[in-house]
Amino acid sequence: MNFKFDHQMFWVANGVFLGLLAASLAGLALGRTVKSESGKATVANLNARIRAWWVMIGVFAISFMIGPGGSMLLFAFISLLALREYVSLISTVRADHRTLFWSFFVFTPVQYFFWYEGWYGLAIILIPVYAFLFIPTRLILASDTAGFLDRAARLHWGLMVCVYCISYAPALLTLNIPGYRNQNAKLLLFLVIVVQLSDVFQYIWGKLLGKRKIVPAISPHKTWEGFVGGVACACALGTALWWMTPFSPWEALGMSFAITVMGFAGGLTMSAIKRDRGVKDFGAMIEGHGGILDRMDSICFSAPLFFHLTRWIFVSPHPTWLH
Amino acid sequence: MSRSSFLAGIIAGGARLLAGPTVRWIGSRPVRRQRVYFANHTSHLDFVVLWSVLPPELRRRTRPVAAKDYWQSGLRRQIAVNIFHAVLVERGTKQSAKATGDAQAPHESSRHALDVLLRALGKRYSLILFPEGTRGSGQGISIFKSGIYYLWCKRPDVEFVPVYLSNLNRILPKGEFLPVPVISHVAFGPPLQLEKNESKESFLKKAHAALEALGRA
Repeated sequence: MNFKFDHQMFWVANGVFLGLLAASLAGLALGRTVKSESGKATVANLNARIRAWWVMIGVFAISFMIGPGGSMLLFAFISLLALREYVSLISTVRADHRTLFWSFFVFTPVQYFFWYEGWYGLAIILIPVYAFLFIPTRLILASDTAGFLDRAARLHWGLMVCVYCISYAPALLTLNIPGYRNQNAKLLLFLVIVVQLSDVFQYIWGKLLGKRKIVPAISPHKTWEGFVGGVACACALGTALWWMTPFSPWEALGMSFAITVMGFAGGLTMSAIKRDRGVKDFGAMIEGHGGILDRMDSICFSAPLFFHLTRWIFVSPHPTWLH
Repeated sequence: MSRSSFLAGIIAGGARLLAGPTVRWIGSRPVRRQRVYFANHTSHLDFVVLWSVLPPELRRRTRPVAAKDYWQSGLRRQIAVNIFHAVLVERGTKQSAKATGDAQAPHESSRHALDVLLRALGKRYSLILFPEGTRGSGQGISIFKSGIYYLWCKRPDVEFVPVYLSNLNRILPKGEFLPVPVISHVAFGPPLQLEKNESKESFLKKAHAALEALGRA
């Protein structure tokens, strides 16, 4: 796997840059016009988010320039930070310590190493099967049976979401798609753009028109108006970006729809966990956004499905003699 | 920059990366004046993390107090004494603690420890102190040793600032040598408000209560 910085990539990079510039200017203009106290707070939060976006995109761009290894490293690091936020939030006991050490410093690097080497078969079962078997085994050795099943499930859930699911995003780089050689970076970019803009569009539509709450018990800000408007806008944008992917416009629309719906489910699931633990955000690492996990929640859920859909439909895994 | 302050900077940076501490100053500010930061003790990382969240200018003037019996030799000594300029003091044995328990004056060996602390404090330095004397499990704060009271008797001009450390016992609990990165929290409370001739019991009670209150804040 290798990257080629082609003219399409050039246009996408320019588009992202100009889009963010426009958002920054709009934020600046809003800051001048809005007068009410609550409006000011909203605009301040919006501007903090936009500033954080510049930083996030900068980091992303640098890792892209380094190549596939750079992207793998970036996402491995994101996984570690996400897992840290998750573990900090859930309750663990003294006897979980060694198992946690394995989760952070053995399973996480090995998972990304498998993807980097292109060992698909190992990468997709390491955590669902082998970490699943390892965690209770290691917990037994700590000989504390209080809440055993709860603890094992919680630790495994964290690895699944923060490491396994997130690792599907850079795994897109390993797909061998006929006619799309050395261009997979654009596929990863497509996923990130559609997911993140879907969140942004839902936020904007929700602020503008939001009335009917979808699940008020979990997230009071998620409304049907925001959801429909956001998904529609993100799908339209994804469709319009079909030229950077191996998909036709219709396929790009279908993929965008799958990505946005899964992303929505991810966002709500993470909200449910936060609500259960009585906090608003997973962390305070990214100004205005909360923690890493607050920003990655939708990618966690959409990356695996997007990866497998692309692989099933556009990569031929069958042995050549079946053709 | 000297070699030791460079190494200290690296270790502090590593500790911040590992422990990702969030810092709150509640009722006190990070200003340059002589202080005794007294904190709850659950992990070997405690003093490094507390030290690392101070502004660089204050770090240079802040020294941790550590138990001589544990930190006296080998690599531990290298880290504690040469890099962090730790003040090593004798921990009171069970017997001497019992002996000082009733008497109003500190025991012979405790008096020696007190001299060491007073000299370390001098006119310039602040100290990081763990008045529980040893690492706890993270459930509740144990009874304070009386050394901190005698220190205050001699230096009432110094501010005694409570610092509550949470989650560090989850990063590197007692008896473990491999750390797990968990987000930790450091809260600096308001300096103790003390009467002119506070009794030992009352001083220790106030100090303990201040730290407990900070833990709930």
